[in-house]
Amino acid sequence: MNRNGILFWIGATLFLAAALLMTQVIGNQYPFFAGYVILQFVVLAVAWSILGGYAGYVNFGTSAFFGVGVYTAVFLAKAFGAPLAVQIATAAAIGALMGFVLGLLTLRMQGIFFSIATIAATIVIETTVTNWRYVGGAAGIQLQRPMVTAPFDNYVQMLFFVQALLVVLAVAISRYIQNSWIGHGLKALRDDELAAECTGVPTLRLKLVACVISGALMCAAGAPAAMYLQYADPSSAFNLNYSVSVLAMSLIGGTAHWAGPIIGAILLGATQQLLTVTISSEVNVLVLGVMLVLFVVAAPQGIIGLIRKVRRHRSEGEA
Amino acid sequence: MKRRTFLGGTIAVTTLGLASRVDAQQPPIKIGMSMPQTGGLAGGGKASLLGIEIWRDDVNAKGGLLGRKVELVVYDDKSSASETPAIYSKLLDVDKVDLLFAPYATVPTAPIMPLVKQRGLLLMGNFSFQVNSKVQHDMWFNNAPWGPPDSWPDSFLEIAQKAGAKSVAFLSADQEFAQNLVVIAREVAKKRNMPVVFDQAYPPSTVEFSSIVRALKAAKPDVVYVSSYPPDSAGILRAVNEIGIGDNVKVFGGGMVGLQFGAVMENMGSLLNGVVNYNSWLPEPKMYYEGTKEFFDKYTKRAVEAKVDPLGYYLAPFGYASGQLVEAAVKAVGSFDQKAIAKYLHEHEMQTIVGPMSFGPDGERKENAVLQAQFRGIVDKNIEQFRSPGKQVILFPEKLKSGDLITPFEAARK
Amino acid sequence: MFSFDLLLDAVAIGVLLGCFYAAVSLGLSLSFGLLDVPHVAHPAFLVMASYGVYFLNENYGIDPLLAGLLITPLLFVFGLVAYRIYYETFEKRGSDAGVRGIAFFFGVAFIIEVLLILQFGVDQRSVTASYIGKAWRIGDMRIPFRLLVAFAVAAALTILLTLYLSRTFMGRAIRAVAQDQEALRLMGANPIRIKQWAFGIATAVLGIAGALLIIVAPVEPTLDRSYIGRTFCVVVMAGLGSMAGTLVAAIILGVAETIVLTLFGASWAPAVSFGMLLAVLAVRPQGLFGRRS
Repeated sequence: MNRNGILFWIGATLFLAAALLMTQVIGNQYPFFAGYVILQFVVLAVAWSILGGYAGYVNFGTSAFFGVGVYTAVFLAKAFGAPLAVQIATAAAIGALMGFVLGLLTLRMQGIFFSIATIAATIVIETTVTNWRYVGGAAGIQLQRPMVTAPFDNYVQMLFFVQALLVVLAVAISRYIQNSWIGHGLKALRDDELAAECTGVPTLRLKLVACVISGALMCAAGAPAAMYLQYADPSSAFNLNYSVSVLAMSLIGGTAHWAGPIIGAILLGATQQLLTVTISSEVNVLVLGVMLVLFVVAAPQGIIGLIRKVRRHRSEGEA
Repeated sequence: MKRRTFLGGTIAVTTLGLASRVDAQQPPIKIGMSMPQTGGLAGGGKASLLGIEIWRDDVNAKGGLLGRKVELVVYDDKSSASETPAIYSKLLDVDKVDLLFAPYATVPTAPIMPLVKQRGLLLMGNFSFQVNSKVQHDMWFNNAPWGPPDSWPDSFLEIAQKAGAKSVAFLSADQEFAQNLVVIAREVAKKRNMPVVFDQAYPPSTVEFSSIVRALKAAKPDVVYVSSYPPDSAGILRAVNEIGIGDNVKVFGGGMVGLQFGAVMENMGSLLNGVVNYNSWLPEPKMYYEGTKEFFDKYTKRAVEAKVDPLGYYLAPFGYASGQLVEAAVKAVGSFDQKAIAKYLHEHEMQTIVGPMSFGPDGERKENAVLQAQFRGIVDKNIEQFRSPGKQVILFPEKLKSGDLITPFEAARK
Repeated sequence: MFSFDLLLDAVAIGVLLGCFYAAVSLGLSLSFGLLDVPHVAHPAFLVMASYGVYFLNENYGIDPLLAGLLITPLLFVFGLVAYRIYYETFEKRGSDAGVRGIAFFFGVAFIIEVLLILQFGVDQRSVTASYIGKAWRIGDMRIPFRLLVAFAVAAALTILLTLYLSRTFMGRAIRAVAQDQEALRLMGANPIRIKQWAFGIATAVLGIAGALLIIVAPVEPTLDRSYIGRTFCVVVMAGLGSMAGTLVAAIILGVAETIVLTLFGASWAPAVSFGMLLAVLAVRPQGLFGRRS
């Protein structure tokens, strides 16, 4: 393991330790409620970027994966009273399967066609869940949380920590992919898929890997939301907002580096949480719109791009 | 732990402050809530909030609650369930509000029910439907006139049966509230031995209702029970007007959301004639209680600058009533102890600007107070007409009745 | 439940509804289909146009269709400006505009939504005209006039646009720019100018389409979200850039939706139309009448 790797794992361990410490020390619940939402977006944005950033396939179906994660958890909780870990693991497995199918779609479509296909698939899946009476259908369903297990004395604190674990998992995978042959291959096929294919890059296998991992992580991120809300209804679970927010977060952070989506998700997620409890009106939506436009116009490579530019300037200045 | 000491402190302070004027030395009483101000429920949410704000100003003008000024802490939940848990946690743990009101409608309310139950807090509900049936929180009080869940569709089908209707058709939006309503309506129809000849749930994105109304007409029902949302309510009535619904339909309507909102009613104008629909408050002579008229005088003035529903019959007076409930209970128990307030609300009948309210053990109104009213003599593009009595004739409940049903539907439309 | 009468009715209504879908999608067929601009804000522009029509109808009593025509020049200019901004920020800087272009237009759509809310409030709005609320009787069948208006407008728009693209110099230039920008540049024409012009037309068409939108059903500021899927579905199913194809694809969609709505479980309608789109994309990615192989 190189120096960067060691630093990364030290950082990750510190982050988890801090999250765990928070749950033990802080009595105020609000940081966990708000923090949970932000962490959930970090996982979604990082997972989205594996396909959307590295491979350049823009998935608009984030809400489909998220919603399927939610409803997997709802189903398991209702049918078997399955514990949270089983809910998340099953959601990840189903997400992987969905990702695989999505990967097969990339065989036939690219660019905006792929994006439109993901929108269409989202609507088909949402309609199916809406018609599935067992999990409440359109009427929605209320859920009961089970007892919380030690060392946590509150379910939301536990969910917060679980989501923090998912963040580390997602980021570690994303970082590994970026630095491995998978990442290089994906980058090659993003730049020119045909050329990559010709030079012997196994494009289909790479795309399938990216789709499966991305899908599994997004579904896994959705699963705890069922117990977070203790309520699920299709129009909230499959809300277009998830797709748009995650896209915005990745772009604002920058997709060229694994840290980009994290920065974007924390920045935008925290801003949204903050606006909800300060300005709290239509202006909230306006800020999202203006931020999106400003960033894609003024900082096309996102915050990561800005940082790189500043660094380059500095090194040029020194030279 | 911290919160409990905080509450204890509040009680100690308030029992001393019995003076009826606002005491500058005392911190204000904070009432926290989220309210849909963007998204699908925003129209209703904003009107409801204005009602609550008018109560706040009234109570503060009278010297506040137990001598303390009332302050509202309100956040926008974007009509979504996923926003409310964090908002209510902020209200409780950071803003340290003293009392909680629920947001308008069921979806944003559902996720906070377990939270308030777990923490043993009073929650004043705002027009959600059956949100407490599973959670069974005993400190929940819904201001909506629903009463027992089946009584609402029941009153509509009773009116229809009295008019000689046998077979029934259900047309419902495939969305949360409409589905909950139609499930109960089906049971009621079964109990009343009314055969169901048509039963469809249309998707919320439906643009054009001509074809579905045509299919409905072909089923030849005697009564059509519609549970729909504002955009679809308009689409359905338009299609009914164009396609026709057949002479055998005796009563049409029931659970159409939207026909209570001023802008929607103004838009639809004469299309409304003949429809029998549920409502919560109407400007009919028997609907005025102490303070009702004064409330609407204030509301009408303030609605213009707030850009909300100019009529505001459906939700705003009930928001005001929620405040009145709290006001009366706090005065009676002489403290802000939530358990004592809840106990008082359970045990007493309260007087509000929308009439007397008493609550069953589930925190829903004991009696069904949902009005069923028929639109009469409505003309196009005129919002002021709805302010005068006789435009929506109350058919149910019996004691508020202001006219008789005109049937069949085609005749009532003229 | 099945009856031949109902099926016939459903098909008739479906065709008319399809024409309405075509009318609101034709602009996108130009901007996205021919110019490759990922115009997710197209439905937001459309709703904005509807509010323009509402404003004229409400305050001056102008007929909605006429109002739609009146705001057309404004929209044309708006389109020119919008494309200029898009070009300066994306196309000029090189390729890879895809994701960021989409994000840009999403941002624009949100801004429009909020401005509409601030100006007109959250309540739904509709217009009045003599042909709204009446129906045409043929035997047992009754066809709402609103939909007949949609049919006529969609047909006229399709014919006009097809003629424009095939008969006029500018129209041919637009089609040429979609196929080969370089060739056009070599011929001495400025492809950017042409694309800007085409985008202006794509936006101008929304005047009359926005009028139809508010004639067929009431509008509210966030209505655009439910039209993103539908309009892109129509344009992609048609195959990019074919005006007649857009009309046919929209009619197929309208008929399929109506038949499911009338004769089968209504709640499955969205799954059917978007399932169809998925099938088309999987089997024939270039669309039913695609310009590319």
